Amino acid sequence: MTSATISTPVRSGKVTQGRVLNSEWIKFRSLRSTYLTLLIAVAAMVGIALLACWAAANRWQHLPMAERASFDAAGRSIDGYVFAQLAIGVLGVLVITGEYSTGMIRATLSAVPRRLPVLWAKMAVFGGVTLVLASIASLLSFFAGQSMLASQHIQTTLSAPGVPRVVFGTAIYLTLVGLFGVAMGAVTRSTPGGIASVFGMLFVLPLILHALPSSWVDDIGPYLPSNAGQALTVLHAEPHQLAPWTGAGLFAGYVAVTVVIAAVQLKRRDA
Amino acid sequence: MIEATALTKRYGPKTAVADLSFQVKPGVVTGFLGPNGAGKSTTMRMLLGLDTPTSGTARVNGKSYADHAAPLHEVGAMLEARAIHTGRTAFNHLLALAATTGIPRSRVDEVIELVGLADVARKRAGGFSLGMGQRLGIASALLGDPATVILDEPVNGLDPEGILWIRNLLKGLAAEGRTVFVSSHLMSEMALTAEHLIIVGRGRLIADTSVEEFTRQASTNTVRVRTPDAERLRERLAGPDVTITSEEAGVLTVSGLSSEQIGTLAAEHQVVLYELATQQASLEEAFMELTKDAVEYQAVPSATRTHVTEGTAA
Repeated sequence: MTSATISTPVRSGKVTQGRVLNSEWIKFRSLRSTYLTLLIAVAAMVGIALLACWAAANRWQHLPMAERASFDAAGRSIDGYVFAQLAIGVLGVLVITGEYSTGMIRATLSAVPRRLPVLWAKMAVFGGVTLVLASIASLLSFFAGQSMLASQHIQTTLSAPGVPRVVFGTAIYLTLVGLFGVAMGAVTRSTPGGIASVFGMLFVLPLILHALPSSWVDDIGPYLPSNAGQALTVLHAEPHQLAPWTGAGLFAGYVAVTVVIAAVQLKRRDA
Repeated sequence: MIEATALTKRYGPKTAVADLSFQVKPGVVTGFLGPNGAGKSTTMRMLLGLDTPTSGTARVNGKSYADHAAPLHEVGAMLEARAIHTGRTAFNHLLALAATTGIPRSRVDEVIELVGLADVARKRAGGFSLGMGQRLGIASALLGDPATVILDEPVNGLDPEGILWIRNLLKGLAAEGRTVFVSSHLMSEMALTAEHLIIVGRGRLIADTSVEEFTRQASTNTVRVRTPDAERLRERLAGPDVTITSEEAGVLTVSGLSSEQIGTLAAEHQVVLYELATQQASLEEAFMELTKDAVEYQAVPSATRTHVTEGTAA
């Protein structure tokens, strides 16, 4: 029988991290949901920047002096990250749980039985794409927002002190949220479970904290994942907020711990 | 070559596979048979390193699966037809798997052609019929031109044409000297496809035999006799090794005598026969008989065995 015989010589190639990376890149770019979700994230960020800054400029004349003094033109223009992180967090979870829910994971892990290269490759592909796109989205949002604020001459520039950190820090925060999603997806192996875990940690923990005595809020609040990470996204730290890079480092630490748990689980558990 | 040695898998109190040892040799199609829930899929997952055995070892081509540097070239597997992301096209699915080990794009096109999916390769797999899904699963199994092919229930839900296609494909792969290990719960299908059988029930090995041997042992033939004079013929046929049953008036089912012997005896005693036919017990019946015995065997009331039985029944 000739049907199974091959005419193309199939090289007996080893599985390498680079090849797994290529494989995950093919997977990532061959799903429609990838483009849709990322488009929503970018569009929402720029759209919210336009809206928020237009509103700020519009009301500027009626604002009390104190509010004018503390106005953060850079921070206001990239506030849309609050929405963008939803899309990016969900997509991060889906990068892994989409394979569990469809059974694809068994094909993936059969091809790469050492398993961990799959996790590293997924994180590299998704982290890389998110960092690039979130940087672009932040820059677009910044310039769109400043163009709105220019009517009141309250805009800032990218060369102003701290502003590049806010703009690119927001991209870094969004990337960390995405990686947190990937890791939580690997830990929970379920789309609803992963999404609930990510947003439970980011949004619900601060809400729960606010139901507790206010001294706790001040003591614990800055160390919650989202509060720590979001220190990067504002020009001037609020009281009881960590310094920008300290907060970012702490958030990265939370993500790293989750990644370690995900790696151990992936290696140990039956697929 | 596949070697399972004392393979055991427990999920909590449930024993899915118990002390299973067997070898699958290259050059022939080996059927892996057992009723649903016999532990076939679990065993295959252990062969591929997806599930870790509780004890025992599973080796493919001399190594445990995860130790192969280029696993797709050693073992091609289809564990479930739907191990495919529904949002991805067949082509991209195969391309992503091929990329892990540097298999060129031309080979992807080739396996697509080989399984007959060329027309739908650029369509999303979520819209595939069961048969197309099976073909895509087989395409991914053949991607790396592997020496060993493991397929879990490849004919499930296929139309007759698809079944025939898979049957010929498997025989062809074996004829090329590959190891072909195929699970099924249908004895009749395996009798047509496989040369060797490994039969399991409740996670235990029941038989490791050739199809020929199994068929020979299974064929306890009976003869169906239709006659208006059933009572008289019955008396004449009676003997020490002869069993005669009758489920409808005027029809006898005789075992222990050939149709020639029955015809001769009937002529000697001038009994009119309307019908005289040899009937071969179906392989399916023999298979069910065999797996039923295995269940009964497990119910032997020794302390440990009872425990296992309760566990697997849970």
